[in-house]
Amino acid sequence: MKYLDEYRDPEAAQQFVQAINKIITRPWAIMEICGGQTHTIIKYGIDELLPDKLRLIHGPGCPVCVTSTAVIDKALEIASRPEVIFCSFGDMLRVPGSEHDLFSVKASGGDVRVVYSPLDAVKLARENPQREVVFFAIGFETTAPANAMAAHHAKHEGLKNFSLLVSHVMAPPAMDVILSAPRCQVQGFLAAGHVCTVMGTTEYDPLAERHKTPIVITGFEPLDMLQGIYMCIKQLEEGRYEVENQYVRSVRREGNPAAIKIIQDVFRVVDRTWRGLGEIPSSGLGLRDEYAEYDAENRFGSAADLDSQESPECISGQILQGFKKPHECSAFGVRCTPERPLGAPMVSAEGACSVYYRYRRLSASSK
Amino acid sequence: MSDKIEISCPIHKQDYPQVLMAHGGGGTLMNRLIESVFVSAFDNDALNQRHDSSVIDANGSPIAFTTDSYVVQPLFFPGGDIGSMAVHGTVNDLAMSGARPIALSAGYILEEGLPMETLKKVALSMRDAAREVGVPIVTGDTKVVDRGKGDGIFINTAGVGVIEHDLTINPSSIQPGDVVLINGDLGRHGVAIIAVREGLQFETTIESDSAPLSDLVLKMIAEGIGIHCLRDLTRGGLASALNEVAETSALTISIKENNIPVREDVRGACELLGFDPLYVANEGRMAAIVAPQDAAKALEIMSAHPQGAGSSIIGEVKQKSTAPVLMTSSIGATRIVDRLSGEQLPRIC
Repeated sequence: MKYLDEYRDPEAAQQFVQAINKIITRPWAIMEICGGQTHTIIKYGIDELLPDKLRLIHGPGCPVCVTSTAVIDKALEIASRPEVIFCSFGDMLRVPGSEHDLFSVKASGGDVRVVYSPLDAVKLARENPQREVVFFAIGFETTAPANAMAAHHAKHEGLKNFSLLVSHVMAPPAMDVILSAPRCQVQGFLAAGHVCTVMGTTEYDPLAERHKTPIVITGFEPLDMLQGIYMCIKQLEEGRYEVENQYVRSVRREGNPAAIKIIQDVFRVVDRTWRGLGEIPSSGLGLRDEYAEYDAENRFGSAADLDSQESPECISGQILQGFKKPHECSAFGVRCTPERPLGAPMVSAEGACSVYYRYRRLSASSK
Repeated sequence: MSDKIEISCPIHKQDYPQVLMAHGGGGTLMNRLIESVFVSAFDNDALNQRHDSSVIDANGSPIAFTTDSYVVQPLFFPGGDIGSMAVHGTVNDLAMSGARPIALSAGYILEEGLPMETLKKVALSMRDAAREVGVPIVTGDTKVVDRGKGDGIFINTAGVGVIEHDLTINPSSIQPGDVVLINGDLGRHGVAIIAVREGLQFETTIESDSAPLSDLVLKMIAEGIGIHCLRDLTRGGLASALNEVAETSALTISIKENNIPVREDVRGACELLGFDPLYVANEGRMAAIVAPQDAAKALEIMSAHPQGAGSSIIGEVKQKSTAPVLMTSSIGATRIVDRLSGEQLPRIC
């Protein structure tokens, strides 16, 4: 397929692997921030092709995985209300809260619907004026513009029965936390291409400078990943720590100004609790005061008021910071499986544990 | 481990206290439901064949028997409708035993308020599909439920077929060295349905691959192909079918990603939705596992048949290794092809 097969070409992949082998002289550890990149690495077996000297650490960039238990519990509570149509992206349905998940709420009679776009939820609100339509607005900067657009449309139309349960997160603050951790092993970063397609690259400059860590903005196809890894190793070997852009076919330095504007019009920066990482100051997006009436937590109560419990056995925090690999968890594949996940990384197609379970379960490599 | 005496119940405790949509998705949840509720309750030799249709003995003559229910929305979709699908699905389940279909039943559950025109259209489509196969619909049933208690039309069909060959077409027959073929491109049915349901538009209309496979299978048998196992690639797709076969036979099936045909528009739609075509449903596709010496001839026969244009050898059976199904990726690395737990869930980004 045009624009896709070119980036999955086995010969070109081998050439990149050889180039990486040629320049690498000592052990390095690189973290790919985004769950989509983790998915590509394991699905295509990219790490199997790479030299042993290189360790890939899987980062916290899966929005499903980092949404806090309290917010999931709030979603379950709202979705259980008879007057509510609760709209969500598909892979949130199986994420466990303290006790159950949205699938179970649906089976118990809750009106839970999978939508492909937040604007579909706005349409549902328009068509069902007697019902309360709530959209589960989660994700990184990538999904923020469309979710902001949904709030904007609802306000513009004066819809009174639409609201958003918002738990947006941002990539750079999480990278900062990881690089600031005392035991940090990450020496180079592959930043998420689509986050930067929206936000541009400038906010990564101070991160690279402060932590003296190279950051390569990288796409999601196998050749993107291999080229990003090559560029990152080259910087490490040469002692450089710059922000470089591998994903030039999509990412501009200034990002997408229209998308940034709608995000800024609708959202403001807030503190956010990340599942597994805890609260990170100024790491999330919440609705601005002008949009307060569209905030589901204003309508149905705050998630912070819930007494939410994560499974004590789940080590997602250590997984998401790269201290441990999924198969190093004692529950992995035994008490924690995609059917009965203890923690979110086992749920999403992009969650590190789920990716390992699906593609690597019995041959868990130690890479 | 507890030392307490446990009272045994044939119906094991389920992880979920209720039935979820995911229990119907063709993945591990459904498999566990079938095992723990139905197989443990109904336990018998024919059921334990775990095949698309069961082969039973009728006074010394083997016959194949199967049933399937159809709950598709929308009722009409590009390339077919619930009526034609209800014929093809059951005919194909019989074909997977190498049986010649001789009779079908049609059970209708209708929702109050369904337009009579819609019902007639579905019935005529069913008639046409059955005529094409040459199998009569010999018995039926009609029930009507209150408005809101159904989804327009639900159809159940059962089918009986006669077995006129000496092969044992069953997962237990496959051996290391056997070759795995499929009869065409994957994923069209599932993508056609979801495109209509979600209002997704592509440059060309993606049509379901819904089609009867009995004629193709009977030709292969008539030509003397050593068929060891057949499996239709419906709900759960190729990945789920191969996992079932590999697990039942305690062997490993190794496939090559580059040999698996998926049409460009279907791939594009899957990329967009975050679906893997290996798990998307088909209604006119099967995997045929044949003796290695017959593989080339099987491919020739399949490719020459209208239901086999685009047939391909996708892999082979090996001794049991790290997982039931392994795949060599397009860039040359090996990975597990696992069962899904339930339905594929569209990804966030």
